[in-house]
Amino acid sequence: MSEHIVPVRVYITIFLVLLVGTALTVAAAFIDFRLPYINTVVALTIATIKATFVVLYFMHVRYSSRLIWVIMAAALFWMAILFAFTFSDYLTRDWISIQR
Amino acid sequence: MSSHAATEDIHGHRALQHHFENMEQQREAGTLGMWIFLVTEIMFFGGMFLAYALYRTLYPAAFASASNHLDITLGAVNTGVLILSSFTMALAVYFTQIGNRRPQVICLLLTLVLGLTFLGIKAVEYHDKYEDRLIPGNLIPGHSFDPVIQKEGEPVDHHKLHLLPGATKEKVELFYWIYFAMTGMHALHMIIGAGLLTFLLIFSLKGRFDPEYHSPVEVIGLYWHFVDIVWIFLFPLLYLLGRHYH
Amino acid sequence: MKAIESFEVPAPPKVNYINAQYGLKSWLLTKDHKRIALLYLGSITFFFFIGGIYALMIRLELLTPQGDFLQSTTYNKVFTQHGIIMIFFFLIPSIPATLGNFLVPMMIGAKDLAFPRINLLSWYIYLLGGVITIYALLAGGVDTGWTFYTPYSTTFSNSYVVATGLGIFINGFSSILTGLNFIVTIHTMRAPGMTWFRMPLFLWSHYATSLIMILGTPVVAITILLLAFERLAQVGIFNPALGGDPVLFQHLFWFYSHPAVYIMILPSMGVISELIANFSRKNIFGYSFVAFSSLAIAVFGFLVWGHHLFVTTQSVYAGMIFSFLSFAVAIPSAIKVFNWTATLYKSSISYDTPMLYALGFIGLFTVGGMTGLFLASLGTDVHLSDTYFVVAHFHYIMVGGALMGYLGGLHYWWPKITGRMYPEGWGRFAALVIYVGFNLTFLPQFVAGYLGMPRRYHAYPPEFQVFNVLSTAGASILGLGMLVPAIYFVWSMRYGRHAEANPWHLPGLEWRTQSPPPTENFEVTPVVTWDAYEFAPREETEVVGKFGPEIERV
Repeated sequence: MSEHIVPVRVYITIFLVLLVGTALTVAAAFIDFRLPYINTVVALTIATIKATFVVLYFMHVRYSSRLIWVIMAAALFWMAILFAFTFSDYLTRDWISIQR
Repeated sequence: MSSHAATEDIHGHRALQHHFENMEQQREAGTLGMWIFLVTEIMFFGGMFLAYALYRTLYPAAFASASNHLDITLGAVNTGVLILSSFTMALAVYFTQIGNRRPQVICLLLTLVLGLTFLGIKAVEYHDKYEDRLIPGNLIPGHSFDPVIQKEGEPVDHHKLHLLPGATKEKVELFYWIYFAMTGMHALHMIIGAGLLTFLLIFSLKGRFDPEYHSPVEVIGLYWHFVDIVWIFLFPLLYLLGRHYH
Repeated sequence: MKAIESFEVPAPPKVNYINAQYGLKSWLLTKDHKRIALLYLGSITFFFFIGGIYALMIRLELLTPQGDFLQSTTYNKVFTQHGIIMIFFFLIPSIPATLGNFLVPMMIGAKDLAFPRINLLSWYIYLLGGVITIYALLAGGVDTGWTFYTPYSTTFSNSYVVATGLGIFINGFSSILTGLNFIVTIHTMRAPGMTWFRMPLFLWSHYATSLIMILGTPVVAITILLLAFERLAQVGIFNPALGGDPVLFQHLFWFYSHPAVYIMILPSMGVISELIANFSRKNIFGYSFVAFSSLAIAVFGFLVWGHHLFVTTQSVYAGMIFSFLSFAVAIPSAIKVFNWTATLYKSSISYDTPMLYALGFIGLFTVGGMTGLFLASLGTDVHLSDTYFVVAHFHYIMVGGALMGYLGGLHYWWPKITGRMYPEGWGRFAALVIYVGFNLTFLPQFVAGYLGMPRRYHAYPPEFQVFNVLSTAGASILGLGMLVPAIYFVWSMRYGRHAEANPWHLPGLEWRTQSPPPTENFEVTPVVTWDAYEFAPREETEVVGKFGPEIERV
């Protein structure tokens, strides 16, 4: 059997990291960073880190073939396409004004 | 491992399907299949994340007001519950891999219980929204969207909706529609997950899984972790981003 | 002597996947990918005829400038339902679910797809979606256009939007499961020696198609779901009166629906690669270019959806990006056409029916593709959008392209699937009639659209009548032409000449097992040591090189 068995202590460590991340993100929500979008960036960064740990260790991607890694990356890339191109519409609508 | 002799015969492991050459190929195919399915789930939720991101950018005041009205404690507790359930699920896979049946069953059971706890807390939250008339549109006929707005100078009432400057009730309704769509879809996936876990429990109790064959546990584990990840993003986006709106 | 020449070899009594088991249950509960392919073939043909009846009604109405055959509301339902049935229930599943299901395992030397039960489930899901949609059509129909634009579909339409949407939503899962199965199968179940670059191009194009199915279909699924709830609950993310944006619906809808057109054409291109190489007895020119161009189409196809939104409030800057990318996506398709043409050059072409369809495809797809460039260009699109030019453009690709590939593939693999040959003379005749009928139907529509005739109108100004009359005449010929294969395919299953294992004498793996194949596909799992289109004999040949005779191993 060529499966990799992840030791329990790794799972415990990741679990604690995730709990700490949750506490951090709740705490950060109440900090006034002056600029409103900083809260967004902090929250999304912490969420991404948490998700990455779940993917790498709980979902075993760290120990899986490159194909699985590519599949995950492709899904995220495609979400990014959806977001980027749609936002490129909404954010640039005001750039050109119709001559009346 | 002692289970070897009982599970193998000249055709290979009793769980080997006829079109596969060996258990390794079958396991690889099963895992790859679940990953591809998760890609479809990512794109499925992605559409709703896009709608949320767009309207949050267009109507920041309304979305912040609506977000502040959500119960951050319940949301945070639910996040902890799901993370714990992901942990117990990973442990369940581990114990199956090493052939330790009793802890495997216990971990599966814990995962199921935690998932149901999540759904219970969600039900409480939904009930609160129902009470405060925050269910959008005519989703519930006769009980349309009609929250009471907190007026200036009144004592703070957590059932009333406090509107930040620039927010309107209409735009707040948009938030709640996306909130219910996203958390509702997430809850639906949890319910399906709970059903799958029940199947796993039944088969585990019957001793169907062993170190050679435990693909279903692994694969349903992947699904469960994915549902956890969706919530890891939903929680900050829905609950936390309005606390410091200017 | 003549009597001996015409003596027919009777079929040897071999067990194959068709006669291995009898009874309805053995078919409805089968896990054999070949039987599932036939189940799909029957259902898809059924939906094609329903879509065809709607097409007939459209063309009958448009014979005269006045709206005299159908009321305007009925006409709206007819063109909507023509689009929905043809796109979701015919074109998208057609080649992958029939030819793909049948051939993907055989071409890689496997016994079945990776998940046979999921394969069967995908057919039942397809049926469920189809039944719900047909119910909606019979109960009163839907009149929003197959594009379901909001807020008409969410707020103002009085038709069965939710039921139809539900049918399409469910059908989407069938698509997803098929794509999932193909990807896993191609990755994990190739026979020993079958490397990626020894695979037939049919497999590359089905792999690329599956990628699109996986990445795109879920987005339209959630969009239709949101649309249905918006209609039911009167909430507002797509409704401007409630603060929403109808263009958001269009973004989400076309994010899938543009790649969907590549789902419809890529499998057909895979078939054409097979037909061109095999019926010119020559290795495909530029194999890796054709293979990678399939992947390129799949990826680039996701970057262009905004060209459907040029005439909306979409930002002009976004429009410029989408326009540029829409030009770019034509390049991999053009690469394929060049490679097919180069394959034909100095080859040994046999003009059998499948080859006739393939040659027709190359011409018609090129016309369709090039007219797409007029639409990709921002300025001309403003003039041509929502006119018959668009209708002609996509029909050239969908019918002149995808359908021709489907028919060509059906004819090519018919002996393998059924063990019988179709009548070659009738095959060629029908191919020519279809080609003529098709062009007569849709070529006038380019002109009518350019001159300003709008689409989705049941009445039009009289100056367009001549084009419409030509178009309807062509449609009648096209319809009659398509009845011919329908008849002789059914006829051949009982009375057709028995086909041997390799009736076309070709090197492909699927031809190295009997016709029809046994349930397990191959007696012994093959070990592959040859390339996909190896026609030249593998032996040492003497070549006169620069410095004298050399031995070159082919």
